[in-house]
Amino acid sequence: MAAKDSTEIEIDLLLEALYQKYGYDFRQYSDAHIKRRITNRMVLSGYNTVSEMQFQLLHNESFANDLLHDLSITVTEMFRDPNFYRSVREKIIPILKTYPFIKIWHAGCSTGEEAYSMAILLTEEGLMERATIYATDFNQRALDDAKQGIFSNNLIKEYTFNYQASGGRASFSDYYTADENMAIMNKNLKKNIVWANHNLVTDSVFAEVHMILCRNVLIYFKRELQNKVHRMFYESLINGGVLCLGSKEGMYFSELKDVYQELDPRQKIFKKKY
Amino acid sequence: MRYGAIVIGVSSGGLNALGKILPSLPQNYPIPIVIVQHVSPRSDGYWVESMDKVCKLFVKEADEKESIERGTIYLAPANYHLLVEQDRTFSLSTEAKVNFARPSIDVLFESAAEVYGKELIGLILTGSNSDGALGLKKIKEEGGLTIVQDPETAESSAMPAHAISTTSVDYILPLEEIQKLLIKLSESD
Ligand SMILES: C[S@@+](CC[C@H](N)C(=O)[O-])C[C@H]1O[C@@H](n2cnc3c(N)ncnc32)[C@H](O)[C@@H]1O
Repeated sequence: MAAKDSTEIEIDLLLEALYQKYGYDFRQYSDAHIKRRITNRMVLSGYNTVSEMQFQLLHNESFANDLLHDLSITVTEMFRDPNFYRSVREKIIPILKTYPFIKIWHAGCSTGEEAYSMAILLTEEGLMERATIYATDFNQRALDDAKQGIFSNNLIKEYTFNYQASGGRASFSDYYTADENMAIMNKNLKKNIVWANHNLVTDSVFAEVHMILCRNVLIYFKRELQNKVHRMFYESLINGGVLCLGSKEGMYFSELKDVYQELDPRQKIFKKKY
Repeated sequence: MRYGAIVIGVSSGGLNALGKILPSLPQNYPIPIVIVQHVSPRSDGYWVESMDKVCKLFVKEADEKESIERGTIYLAPANYHLLVEQDRTFSLSTEAKVNFARPSIDVLFESAAEVYGKELIGLILTGSNSDGALGLKKIKEEGGLTIVQDPETAESSAMPAHAISTTSVDYILPLEEIQKLLIKLSESD
């Protein structure tokens, strides 16, 4: 076997430092992704080697925050994958309606677009009053933005399209007030959302919930880590609870796939068997 | 055999161009093929089904963590970047667009170059932007083989032209010649 190349060793050491000093554990994230993000930051900050960043990481907290932000990928959308939300309306809402109260966990909620989308959907289905949405992420910067519920106006067109394609019952503009730059989500959408910092790798089970959405987060994890998080999700769901993954994520490799029933395989919606 | 994978980047005009290369590859073609084709983020993968019907090789969308096998043509899913891991499996990513594109050709090419080194063939076809130029350069730097569609013969010449001006590529050819070369390369040594 050839020796590891220097960059790979340097990256391992950098991730080790990030973990030991700041508690963020990226050691089981997929290599190609991590390497891309780290070399990206290296070029942006004008360094020639990853080792040069090691000093910055240990001694400059704002650099560490930037790196953390780079590694966590916060790209998201309102009603991303409209067909998924259509399926939520058709296949999951009837299940949720049978419960007197409903707890939903958005794991890796980023800047909150998904949580607001769900709040809109629950409002239209008459379920918002009995629902609590726990929206969690380990990226505090993203969470702080999420709480604000303020979005750039130039995204509204796309979000409106997504909302309509998802089977929206009203006009998307009913849910925000806008000036020339910003759209602010209505206050009553936030009422039942609880924002919390939670790290899927290092923290434990979060709550007992009826529905978990973890979309486009596990794609960044290696198999072992995916399995670990899947075990945690399984423990968190009530029997008959529903797990939603991103549209290109499967349970193919999860050791738990037999304990779920497929509610909508195309949209990656699974129901925990009784 | 010398080559472990072929990566292809193509944008506008891609359906026609790929339609002239892929269907003629034989069923026992020994090199896996991975394609980034720029499509609308809402594309539903219809292309995959229609291409699978006319190809002798199996055509599918790349799944995360899937291992890259011969006999198969993989296409990056709409709205995700596609990367190759050291263990020759795929990763997907939703990170920001690169060169205004997701999936981006550069992202696939650069990650594949790191894994396959001189066992990689990189191919840039028609397109009206500059995605793929840096990725192809990386493939060349790692010792891989670089092929670009002759811009004169491309439906959109910008992407091949950018690739050629960024790297001294090994072959600049029209589609029919590219198709023959891919067969020849699979038979060599
Ligand atoms: C690409 S975004 C997905 C956002 C949203 N779920 C969607 O699909 O649109 C990935 C999010 O996962 C979060 N994340 C990554 N690793 C995490 C971890 N170990 N614990 C909690 N959140 C994590 C990132 O901070 C980021 O906000």
